[in-house]
Formats: sequence, structure tokens, C-alpha cells
Amino acid sequence: MEKILAQAKLNVTEEGYLTDFTQWTNEIGFELAKEQGITMTEKHWEVIEYLQDKYKNQEALSIRGIKNSGVINIKELYALFPGGPLKKSTLIAGIPKPKSCI
Amino acid sequence: MSTKVKKMLFILSKATIENAYAAFVMANGARMEGIESEIFFTFFGLEAIQKKKLEHLHVATVGNPAMHMPTMLGGLPGVEAFATKMMKKEMAKLDMPPIGEFLEILSDSGCKLWACKLAVDMFHLKEEDLIDQLDGILTIGDFYSRADQEGCQLLFI
Repeated sequence: MEKILAQAKLNVTEEGYLTDFTQWTNEIGFELAKEQGITMTEKHWEVIEYLQDKYKNQEALSIRGIKNSGVINIKELYALFPGGPLKKSTLIAGIPKPKSCI
Repeated sequence: MSTKVKKMLFILSKATIENAYAAFVMANGARMEGIESEIFFTFFGLEAIQKKKLEHLHVATVGNPAMHMPTMLGGLPGVEAFATKMMKKEMAKLDMPPIGEFLEILSDSGCKLWACKLAVDMFHLKEEDLIDQLDGILTIGDFYSRADQEGCQLLFI
């Protein structure tokens, strides 16, 4: 699927996840967050950066990984991204939806 | 996603490791999808929230056809411990946390953890025997009243 956001043409999945991470910019992240009803703060960006680093290093994401990340704890993550913390944060980060059940 | 499930209420009545993990993975999975979740620990399920016992749960090797070994063998000393060790090893490969850490994760994720009053009384347990993350001790009636909205599902494990 194609989608226009922040004057850019993006390729996205049916659920709205970017299929090409290289298309991602901060501005797009900001707009994706807005669509999810989330106003980005410094802490949000810190999490996004952590997730993108993980993605670039091809490390799988899990809630346990978040717990041991040193960047954010689980409670804060749920507060920052209500209604599905990893689902929403990965969408905003422009990386694929995590496939793990844990 | 447009699931109609809004809240998952689990009743864990068994203390085998596979049943405890089934409940935990589903309860955590619900929270990750933005669905509320709560677990009610009753009867032997209480072992999973007793400080002294929770890291010592076992796989059932007797009376478990999926083990693919004769029941007589499953009952030999050490077989259950060995099978448990193997399973824990496989779970660690998938980054599945041990029971105690999993309970912390669930609690931090907003999953409510309840102990069954009747079972707590029956096993003569005190609150200090149970994990610090416990949200309280409830009767089954109290637990039913937690199903307070459309889209609640109760699951007995």
C-alpha cells in the first residue's frame, strides 16, 4: 500500500507499518505518532532510537528486552504508548511489527 | 486491529510449568495488544505465586501423553527434573523469562494478579508467603465482578 505523509510517498503494510525503513524521517515519525494520538516527547524519541538500533543490529524485540534495556522500564513504556506498547512504538519507529509472542 | 476482546480473565489452577507459562504468555500477549488481563491463582496454581516455590515448578512427565515416554519411566526418580531442565533450556533460547521475572513483567505491564481466598485458606498460606506483586486475595465472586464490561473472556487453565 502507498501512503502520503509529511509530503513523502511511503510504502506501508495494511496495518500501516513502513515496509522500507530508509523512507523514515523524524518528521514522519512525528506524523505517525500523531495518527496514533501520541504527542512525542524526549522520552518517546529515546525509545524510538533504541528500537531502531535494535532493528539495525537485527536483534529481536521483546518486552523482556525492554525491561533490561536501561533506556526505559515496562511501566513507562505502557504509559508512553498506550494500547499496545511495542506495536505502537515500532510503527512510529518505521520498523516491522514484532513477531514474537513475548 | 479490531478485536472484540477487551479483557482476558485467566484462572490458573495447575502448577505444572507448561500451564503456568500458557497463562503468562497469553496474559502478557493480551497486554501487548492493548487488551486488559488478570490472573486468578487457585488450588495448585498458587504454587506459581509462592515465593519459595515459584522457581521450582515442573513439567508433568506422568500422565502426559505428549511426553512420548511410557508412564512408568516418567515416574522414575530424576526424570521429571531432567525433562524440566530441558524445557527450561528451550524456553531460555526463546528469551522466555523465568517464572519470578515473568510475574514482575506481568505486574509492570498492568496485568492484575489475584490469589483465591478459599485455596489460600485451604493451604494455610499467609500473605507474606505470596509474591510482593500480588494485587490481593479474592473470592471467586469478587473475581467474577472483575468481568465488568463488554468483551470480557474467562479462561480456565
